[in-house]
Amino acid sequence: MTPTVQPQDSPLRDAPPPRRGGSLMRLRGLVRKEFLQVVRDPSSLAIAFVLPVVLLLMFGYGVSLDAEHVPIAMVVDKPTPDTNSFCAELEKSIYFSPDYVNGMREAERALLEGRVDAIVHLREDFSEKLRRPGGAPVQVVINGVDANNARIVNGYVDGAFGKWLEHSATERGVSAVPPVGLEQRIWFNANVRSRNYLVPGVVAVVMTLIGALLTALLMAREWERGTMEALLVTPVSMREVLAGKIIPYFILGMGGLALSVAMSVWLFEVPLRGSFWVLLLGSSLFLLTALGMGLFISTVTRVQFVAAQVAIITTFLPAFMLSGFIFDIGSMPRPVQWITHVIPARYYVTILKTNFLAGDVWSVLVPNMAALAVMASIFLGLTRRLSQKRLD
Amino acid sequence: MTSSDEQALICQSVTKTFRAGDRSVEALRSLDVAIRRGKITGLIGPDGAGKTTLMRLAAGLLRADAGSVTVLGLDAARQSLEVQGSVGYMPQRFGLYEDLTVQENLDLYADLQGVPRESREARYEELMHMTGLAPFTARLAGKLSGGMKQKLGLACTLVHPPRLLLLDEPTVGVDPVSRRELWSIVNRFVQEQGTTVLLSTAYLDEAERCSQVVILHEGKLMGQGPPSQFSDPLAGRTFQVRIPSRKNRDVQELLSRRAGVMDAVIQGDAVRVLLAPDAPPAAENLLPDQKVGSVVPVPPRFEDGFISLLKKRYADGAQPQGAPPADVSNGTGEPDDSDSRAIDVHNVERRFGDFYAVKNVSFDVRRGEIFGLLGANGAGKTTLFRMLCGLLPASGGTLQVAGVDVRKTAAAARARIGYMSQKFSLYGTLSVMDNLRFFSSAYGLTGPLRRERIGWATGEFELAGVVDDNSGVLPLGFKQRLALACALMHRPQIIFLDEPTSGVDPLARREFWHRINALAAQGVTVLVTTHFMEEAEYCDHMAIMMAGEILALGTPAEIKQRARSKENPDPTMEDAFIRLIDTRSAEVS
Repeated sequence: MTPTVQPQDSPLRDAPPPRRGGSLMRLRGLVRKEFLQVVRDPSSLAIAFVLPVVLLLMFGYGVSLDAEHVPIAMVVDKPTPDTNSFCAELEKSIYFSPDYVNGMREAERALLEGRVDAIVHLREDFSEKLRRPGGAPVQVVINGVDANNARIVNGYVDGAFGKWLEHSATERGVSAVPPVGLEQRIWFNANVRSRNYLVPGVVAVVMTLIGALLTALLMAREWERGTMEALLVTPVSMREVLAGKIIPYFILGMGGLALSVAMSVWLFEVPLRGSFWVLLLGSSLFLLTALGMGLFISTVTRVQFVAAQVAIITTFLPAFMLSGFIFDIGSMPRPVQWITHVIPARYYVTILKTNFLAGDVWSVLVPNMAALAVMASIFLGLTRRLSQKRLD
Repeated sequence: MTSSDEQALICQSVTKTFRAGDRSVEALRSLDVAIRRGKITGLIGPDGAGKTTLMRLAAGLLRADAGSVTVLGLDAARQSLEVQGSVGYMPQRFGLYEDLTVQENLDLYADLQGVPRESREARYEELMHMTGLAPFTARLAGKLSGGMKQKLGLACTLVHPPRLLLLDEPTVGVDPVSRRELWSIVNRFVQEQGTTVLLSTAYLDEAERCSQVVILHEGKLMGQGPPSQFSDPLAGRTFQVRIPSRKNRDVQELLSRRAGVMDAVIQGDAVRVLLAPDAPPAAENLLPDQKVGSVVPVPPRFEDGFISLLKKRYADGAQPQGAPPADVSNGTGEPDDSDSRAIDVHNVERRFGDFYAVKNVSFDVRRGEIFGLLGANGAGKTTLFRMLCGLLPASGGTLQVAGVDVRKTAAAARARIGYMSQKFSLYGTLSVMDNLRFFSSAYGLTGPLRRERIGWATGEFELAGVVDDNSGVLPLGFKQRLALACALMHRPQIIFLDEPTSGVDPLARREFWHRINALAAQGVTVLVTTHFMEEAEYCDHMAIMMAGEILALGTPAEIKQRARSKENPDPTMEDAFIRLIDTRSAEVS
């Protein structure tokens, strides 16, 4: 057996290039440049800091999926002590603001004109039927245009009526409690505050903005302005160019995360039940995925306008609509549910909601984090493969 | 194989093709070039000749389809990182980070080039001193003038002294003072450090400052050697003709149509003539019926050599691109009283925020005159043009164009003017005919009149052969002609030409000026901007602009007169420009 000799002139691209200075020096230069650019460019600052705050305020204060003070029209055909007591029950509730009208005709007009969302009609025979078994004495007409709202109002009126029946029965000393009781207990978000699950979701949108949109824009800008060509002819390697983009925007994204979490916990009083470190780990994985997508998009398009369009359509909008942030994935049509599996934000929103509202539930967190890790490596790997230190 | 000890860059039968959609463009065709070490080599050729492609190949940014590129003994394609460690490359639009300061840009490139921290201070000081940027280190690069940007770009490229310096059109569109400074920096590097320089340029006079030139044309090598190699064989065939009683433009027209005259071009107060090699007319015969006048033999220059190369190439059956056109008859009505003013501009200014793009500009242009605006990129020429065409409102002053106040009734003025913008705004995906149809209808031409004008355009501008081609794929010379035809569709009284000759080869430039001269002879008023100093000689009146202001106004002779001194009795337009800038900066400081 002949001894194998390692050829001295191994393929040259494997040999370490005789370069001056360290990789660290080049990387430091690139990262510093990136920060200076972000600080001096108002549009980058707006995307990185102003937009997150606006989104958080909007979803924290403005958008609410809870129905409170729903305007309803009350029609009472014949006032009796019973109807008075029922009306008082509704008035007490924070969910309704009842408006008494004369007759159904007027109530219907109010509904038609959108002044009220529902009509509660107590007929003449309310008191009589109330005492007969099997009676359904309350007519409720709900504006069903907004299906979500309609369901909520319906539920509230049902609940209010049930509660009132109970009350009045107790007052009369009769037990109206049915033989089998349904004891409701809502977990994780006991007050059913929509803010509690919207605000953690906003964090996913903010991270998408910084990670994918901002990165795609700034990388494409370098191609457009010709600075990339000047960068490429220096002894910098493509790995360093990519790291020089990932490091600053990772830090910026983490800043966005800190801002969002601080606002969620202290301003909107959303509970953070899980550990902060778990949140940090999940967010890092998602941010790397978003950065990978942003870099991938700009590497392929190289034009700011196209990069922005593609980034919005493929990252921002899905993070809004298909991640379970607002719309429940379980109630989407099957094919759409399949699609959500390729949306990284879906996994992140699950991690966020679990971490904030339920705590460190590892059986949920681990598979979602694993999915993000896989996606991050796919996008970053693809970008690395596609980024050649050449123009053609 | 010539050893790489002598040659810094060797290209062997290099071919590079770019594909765009289903179309492919051969940027370089089996090119053989060798660049000598320690010398300045000029890369000459019009836009699209393949200059930038060659530079990018040498910098390892592109990979050749065939052939090999060897840079300093290294394979540029496979050892690109090593190549990039010893090459400095300044792209055409140098990639300065405009939102970083001068110092921050330098720091970045020093980091990327791995300049040791301890040697930086001295290096920066030297570069800043050399470029004259020392007082501006804290200024954002985006706020520098065009010339200063180029100098900063060069400083960033030189922050680690490269062994091979690749400069892609570093001086094009830059004011002559900055141009002179850029050249002296490059010369110093070559002398002190033995750097090899490959520099592309559109200015043929710059070729003579190089020790070697490489001439590219449509991706092929047309010639390579010292500049004298191209001009020397023409000795005895170049003359300056002066006929005091006639306009130089007319003399040029007259001479260019004479048999045996290869080239006639205005040079200063004379017409420079290059005679054909075979059967040239005797020099005295250049003045047949003009008794007064002089014919003086002059030494040939590089441009003459380049022109004769191009002519030979076209004569050998290449495209008839440079065929001298017949007189352009615009069919404009008789010029009314030639005394009246076509354009009257008074104290015009345009502000963008606190920045004056045009400041306190006044001049007037008579009918049938060629008026030139000479200035570097960023001098305010295009802004002024846009205000004259009513495309941009002025911040102050009065603008009368064709007797109409543009600030009040821009639309009325627009019917009487034609505008050809920089880079020829044509619809690249439409055919030549579609472009002509569109522009004629945009100017409100219909029916037989429109057919007649389209017929006129295809005939006069020799576009008949390409009417069905997409205008985006035409050679630059054709695009330029099509753009001019489109601007002339509606028989304007005044035509605005914004850098019409930028990037086209010298033959196409001559042909273009020939058309412009013919238009002016018919009474059309022509306003033209240019950054080619010698083109100012074609104008009746001209203005030199810098930083939004007019530095000098008058006939070319008057402006040159101002720079006349004992040391320089016959100054060129460039000398005059440099002198103006120098006196001005002396006034400011």
